[in-house]
Amino acid sequence: MWNKRFKEIDLSQSLIFLILFALLFIFILYPLIRILHVAFTEESHFSFAHFINFFERSLFKESFLNSLMAGLMAVFFGSLISLPLAFFTIKYDFRGRTLIQTLGVLPLVLPPYVGAVALQLILGRSGMLNLLLLKWFGTSIPFMEGLKGVILVQTLHYFPFIFLNASASLANVDPSLEEAAENMGAHGWSLFRKVTLPLMMPGYVAGALLVFIKVIDDLATPLILNYTKMLAPQAYLRVTTIGIEDKAGYVICVIMVILSFLSLWAAMKFLSLSEYAMVQRGGTGIPISKRIGGIKLMLVGAFSIFVLGISLLPHLGIFLLSFAKAWSFSILPRAYTLNHYIEIFYRSPHFVKNTLLYCLLSAGIGVLLGSFIAFLLIRGRIFGKGLLDAVAMMPLAIPGVVLATGYLRVFHGTPLPLIHQPLTSLWIILVIAYTARRLPYTLRACYAAIQQIHISLEEAALNLGANRRRTFFKITFPMMAGGLIAGGLLAFITSSVELSSTIMLVPRMEYGPLSYGIYIYMQSAVGRGPGAALGVVAILLVAIGTYLVNKVFAGGSGTAFKL
Amino acid sequence: MIQATEVQLIDLRKSFGEVEAVKGVTLTIERGDFFTFLGPSGCGKTTILRMIAGFTRPDTGKILFDGEEVNEIPPWKRNVGMVFQNYALWPHLSVFENVAFGLKERNFPKSVIREKTLKALAMVDLEGMERRRPSELSGGQQQRVALARTLVIEPRLLLLDEPLSNLDAKLRIQMRHELVRIQKNLKITTLYVTHDQEEALILSTRIAVMSKGKVLQIGTPKEIYENPKSREVADFVGTSNFFLGKVVRIREDWIEMKTEEGFPLITRKEEGMNPILGANFLLNIRPESIRLAYPNQGSLEENRIEGVVRTSAYLGSSVQYEVEIEGGKKVKVNVVNPRKRALFEEGERVLLTFSAEDIVPIPLK
Repeated sequence: MWNKRFKEIDLSQSLIFLILFALLFIFILYPLIRILHVAFTEESHFSFAHFINFFERSLFKESFLNSLMAGLMAVFFGSLISLPLAFFTIKYDFRGRTLIQTLGVLPLVLPPYVGAVALQLILGRSGMLNLLLLKWFGTSIPFMEGLKGVILVQTLHYFPFIFLNASASLANVDPSLEEAAENMGAHGWSLFRKVTLPLMMPGYVAGALLVFIKVIDDLATPLILNYTKMLAPQAYLRVTTIGIEDKAGYVICVIMVILSFLSLWAAMKFLSLSEYAMVQRGGTGIPISKRIGGIKLMLVGAFSIFVLGISLLPHLGIFLLSFAKAWSFSILPRAYTLNHYIEIFYRSPHFVKNTLLYCLLSAGIGVLLGSFIAFLLIRGRIFGKGLLDAVAMMPLAIPGVVLATGYLRVFHGTPLPLIHQPLTSLWIILVIAYTARRLPYTLRACYAAIQQIHISLEEAALNLGANRRRTFFKITFPMMAGGLIAGGLLAFITSSVELSSTIMLVPRMEYGPLSYGIYIYMQSAVGRGPGAALGVVAILLVAIGTYLVNKVFAGGSGTAFKL
Repeated sequence: MIQATEVQLIDLRKSFGEVEAVKGVTLTIERGDFFTFLGPSGCGKTTILRMIAGFTRPDTGKILFDGEEVNEIPPWKRNVGMVFQNYALWPHLSVFENVAFGLKERNFPKSVIREKTLKALAMVDLEGMERRRPSELSGGQQQRVALARTLVIEPRLLLLDEPLSNLDAKLRIQMRHELVRIQKNLKITTLYVTHDQEEALILSTRIAVMSKGKVLQIGTPKEIYENPKSREVADFVGTSNFFLGKVVRIREDWIEMKTEEGFPLITRKEEGMNPILGANFLLNIRPESIRLAYPNQGSLEENRIEGVVRTSAYLGSSVQYEVEIEGGKKVKVNVVNPRKRALFEEGERVLLTFSAEDIVPIPLK
């Protein structure tokens, strides 16, 4: 019987594996394969012709260079902000240190495209600052024009990824390593350059590459700022205006995927180095922070206030806009109103409702999938674990535009049996896209939740008379519940502001979620108020979710946003 | 009341991939034994315990409880209690809920569960702790919760997997006494796994010394220590000095050997020993059996070798010397209770003396 049970478990596990793999194949791998197939065939032959075409056309070449440039610049300016902040808050001890650490994460709460709108109000051609400049000096500065504006918005939104990863790896540097260097005579700048910096490098590089991937992926910010000479907007425009038969769209998709995969691969490489560097025994393990005061403290304070002040400007702008009756060509709104909130909660409540429905569904499905996959990876007695893991983690490097294009390509022309409609004209396609895009995060949360349960905890239950099913429900499940909830919350908050795949996949206006609503409202001057109100809702959703995640994880702020 | 169980292992084998963890173990553990598997890590002792608990399936061989094969019985029906090396207390349950778990699985009425649980906690001196979480207890307390959780179901066997290895030295000694007391009270057959020879000698009624998946010798602590049947056993249980000897003369109750260095050594001729001239023996002398004297002093003991003290380490209750004898071999000597005696200096010439009984000859093929 025992013997038979063993064999049964193997069989049923293999069955679950096959079902899971089939799902991942249909919704992750196959769309990608189809995109590759289209991009690399010319009259049903393998060919690089489309790629050669791509780089011969000046618009595409410019878009490619602009995307690279935006990624590099966002990383560069993000590092200028993050590295000093990380160093100050980890290595120095002063009042307000925790405040800086908290405020430094806040930009993540604001979806970048919402921030783009707000920044236009403040830094745009007729925004707050330029109006003041005109009044006082008779001149204005074009902060938000063209690529500059995109880079500015993306830098301000994404720099926390660098800040968090750099802080974490700086905090992880074993103080005894620095003490050893001091003992040998190194101090100050030379200590930092020769010992501290190299040790924190892997975490920093991982954060920087993450920013690069996000910038490549970001479709909404350039669209909102009406700057389309970048890869993601070009792919979007080709597919939505010329149609899914247009080859150029696919070529752009492939280039985006290649860029993301390369960055992700490099990030993983650096992270594995970081583990190697940190495995140290002995030492106190607590970083030593120096108390500072006087001039030094004032400089640190001034820098932090300046940088964080700018990065929090969009929050302020969007908040004001959501209550503004009219706000153009004036420094502050002239009159205030609650109408925009009435609009989004009473007149068109479907945006908020849809978001709750889609994101809760997709978080639930994601956790379910994630825990099954994680369980198979950790405790499974099956073949093909590596493959399952690899495919499930793939969406990390598939930009939203690419996944959406793949879905359109695969599902658009084929009506489903019984309902006689293609999958892409049902709202469920959004749930599927969100689930697929967040799977790496939910999977990792579930994996961590299961991994922390030492096998002997389950064996102890078996030993005391509980069979496998009861052991799972009384021991395994309650112990992993916290991790699963955190994973679900994380999926929920990130999906609720997801726009790059949403724009392409929303089948009908009334199926649109909150992020789509913001995008649509922001297209017209009258819509900006309700759009901003939706933006405030999005900020609150993400802020509450992030707070809860950190509560559940109890691992300090920002566990959720690290690679 | 716990019914003590007899355990038989018959030609038990287990491989993990290429690695043969257990290579054919056959032995019987009698009712009420405190039976210890002693060996270095990786010798297969934990694998045997896990096979008895049912977590690991033997490749071949049988496990019998009171003569009945249990190979096909899943772990939750075997009714053997196991205490894990890391205690495996469930962090999401209180101390009470941890201990009551097995009783709930057995569907006892609530009042009985409460009574038995409290009694078990009292047995391990943890009254009043039942509402705490495992994380709020010290290592020693966690250990005792694990023990109470296991004993409360009145298992037919108690399996202990290095249960003391995570405790600090003082607590370890205290828990040893606790374990012996509880085991004697309950008269439960106990299987103990450890790599600590001192622990094994103190706790066990019988010991199986294991190495590389095989049982080298089974016996009482006294037999194992005083009469090791192989060099490995002598080496692993305590420290020893070894000489290679050849039989040169046989008398009625003693044998004269000549070591490879050329010293004559007299050993007792034990009953049943029928050595022939020229046979090879490994001669095993424990460091505490050797006495030290000045070279000109007399001694009643049969065996005397001269040497020079090379190192000496004062441990309070004893002094450990290393004495180099002619030919360069170093002999370990323990002088117990050095309080009133003079210490020998490094470089000083000394006489090693020991009696014929103190040599344990191990025949070599």
